Amino acid sequence: MDLTQNHFELFSLPQSYALDRDRLDSAYRELQNAVHPDRFAAKPESEQRVAMQWATQANEAYQTLKHPVNRGVYLLRLQGIDALDASNTKMAPAFLMQQMEWREAIEEARADKNMAALDALANDLRTSHRRIETQLADLIDKAHDFGAASEVVRQLRFMDKLIAEVGDVYEELEN
Amino acid sequence: MALLQIAEPGMSTAPHQHRLAVGIDLGTTNSLVATVRSGLALVLDDQEGHSLLPSVVRYHANCDVEVGYAAQAAQNNDPHNTIVSVKRFMGRGIADIDDSASLPYRFVDAPGMVQLKTAAGVKSPVEISAEILKVLRQRAEAALGGELVGAVITVPAYFDDAQRQATKDAAQLAGLNVLRLLNEPTAAAIAYGLDNASEGVYAVYDLGGGTFDISILKLSKGVFEVLATNGDSALGGDDFDQRIFCWMVEQGRFSPLSAGDMRLLLTKARDAKEALTEHTDVRVTAVLSTGEMMDATLTQTVFNAMTTGLVNKTLAPTRKALRDADLSVDDIKGVVMVGGSTRMPCVRHAVADFFKQTPLTNLNPDKVVAIGAATQADVLAGNRSGDDWLLLDVIPLSLGLETMGGLTEKVIPRNTTIPTARAQEFTTFKDGQTAMSVHVLQGERELAADCRSLARFELRGIPPMVAGAARIRVTFQVDADGLLSVSAREQSSGIEASVQVKPSYGLGDDEITRMLKDAFTHAKDDMYARALNEQIVDAQGLIAATRAAMLEDGALLDSAETDAINAGIAALESLLTGTDHQAIKRGVEALNAVSTEFAQRRMDQNVRRAMAGQKLETFG
Repeated sequence: MDLTQNHFELFSLPQSYALDRDRLDSAYRELQNAVHPDRFAAKPESEQRVAMQWATQANEAYQTLKHPVNRGVYLLRLQGIDALDASNTKMAPAFLMQQMEWREAIEEARADKNMAALDALANDLRTSHRRIETQLADLIDKAHDFGAASEVVRQLRFMDKLIAEVGDVYEELEN
Repeated sequence: MALLQIAEPGMSTAPHQHRLAVGIDLGTTNSLVATVRSGLALVLDDQEGHSLLPSVVRYHANCDVEVGYAAQAAQNNDPHNTIVSVKRFMGRGIADIDDSASLPYRFVDAPGMVQLKTAAGVKSPVEISAEILKVLRQRAEAALGGELVGAVITVPAYFDDAQRQATKDAAQLAGLNVLRLLNEPTAAAIAYGLDNASEGVYAVYDLGGGTFDISILKLSKGVFEVLATNGDSALGGDDFDQRIFCWMVEQGRFSPLSAGDMRLLLTKARDAKEALTEHTDVRVTAVLSTGEMMDATLTQTVFNAMTTGLVNKTLAPTRKALRDADLSVDDIKGVVMVGGSTRMPCVRHAVADFFKQTPLTNLNPDKVVAIGAATQADVLAGNRSGDDWLLLDVIPLSLGLETMGGLTEKVIPRNTTIPTARAQEFTTFKDGQTAMSVHVLQGERELAADCRSLARFELRGIPPMVAGAARIRVTFQVDADGLLSVSAREQSSGIEASVQVKPSYGLGDDEITRMLKDAFTHAKDDMYARALNEQIVDAQGLIAATRAAMLEDGALLDSAETDAINAGIAALESLLTGTDHQAIKRGVEALNAVSTEFAQRRMDQNVRRAMAGQKLETFG
């Protein structure tokens, strides 16, 4: 295993936030086809062990690149920046306001047991998530403004948390 | 009878050599064994032509054990010693079993896993399950005419680590080499998907005798990728029986029941449930040992009403799995029904309503899991080229650690594709702290006490430092069977500790060894001869595979490395002329160790070849 190779190189993908998902998926499939432990179940233990290490690495790389927040964090780490550094909590006031409004809307839908409101909110969050992803691609791939990109990655992570909270409320209302 | 085939030393596996491997569906109610013969997967029948083996084990005072129909027939007369649905107790403590009071067993609250008192002594669910597996192994060996190289054993997708480990232990106790633990819905998906050459996203709804699983899979170009799985490992057909049982007790206004009468009513309840699959009503009668009687009619309408809650209990995990996969009902191309309990019309209707489509029921729901497992066993045993399809499965429940204040810190979230590894750093809480206790948990809850405790171990010898200065890296590794091992390492000193996670709910290796010894004594089998034989077959396989690899990729080695591997082969070969199985085992380990670097280079080469196509696309 070439440990100097980064996740993008592993899948022969350009090192950018914008991602060709089909290409990532097909490269991942090719790689797992070659290294997965199921391919080595009848082979000597030394080969089985190597297969597990490789398949683990392929999964880690795939999950990192597939996930919008993880991909952003990873790209910034390749630039030597820790986007999730606990001491770095800078966040645009407008985003914080927006976030509070979303929180209140979730709480309201929950209190009113309003599924339609929850559906609308979930849609709204997904749309915003995609918009922030586009913004992040611009900052990293075009402007190379990694400081600003760090803040946007953190915003994206907030969005993920909100979407998870909406999921929890769905669960609560459904049961 | 055909003899076990062994290739001549130095020859690679001959193309016609078929390695005997089976798939086993170790079910709550029934178990099956299947294999692939001439490219066709089929379930193996017993001598009377039965495919299903009732998962019922009866212990006699003279230590005789009956398994299957004979045991099932005795369950009303000998309820304490006749164990049905033992799968529900695998990896479970007494507190986990809600209805232990209404079951006719004498439970023993043992640390980790509950045990049962029988005429033949106290038995653990692992030992009881092993009896079922032994019968299936014998059935397969008789039908196939040789010893098995291995088996794929299926487990509910929602089984946690303790339940999986218990299942693997049971297989080992039954003398089976476990090629892989395979999730039941995934096994069904193989059987179904390969049969229909399907592409797209499918849901597998698997309601068995005691467990419920829902898996969402993406089938694409021969890859079965599980996107999300969920379920309830204590919900199944048995619960529907319980509802009818309660109704019968109410109808008959019975006084407290004896164990035998309880079992009689449960059997009648199951018959009634099965009758309601075909008929709109069923007459239910029973005469108890006390002379009390009941005679009443149960209609499908009444049955549906009393089981709506149970059916709805399957829909909550279904919604959760869809949400985890970030999909809606409209994205699901087909719904595959698995497990005998999906024969109930109320279940089929509920699933059809939920997914807004008629579920697929064209494969026998009792056999589809075993068929899928056999198909995968054939691949894993090396009988196929292996390029046909690939399974990418996930862990069903998050894995984590207990942190200060009894909270859970998730290290690997649920629905992570396996194999996987994740490391997280922790630090000390007090100045001068030299030991740290690591408590491994599985579950989704915030509080450690609400999650399942998988293991506890201690990392000692941390150099004294101020609080928060030590850096302890805890690494979780989940293998392709979904089994976890955890290690901890203090970064500055390099002090290490690790566990194969089996202690609190599984069995220790010494306990397995003891059980193996007991089992072989009773079977009057020669354990030593068997161990030696297995070790020799293993060693010969390794030598053949290593030689084949050197023939193919010898160019990857320099002459010193080649000599080292050849020396390892020669050493192992000379050991094979002796009868010391421990020495052979060490020889196998030594050869494996000396070929590790070679294995890595071969894999690197594999990867370069596999990814070459990707590169062309990139730059083309």
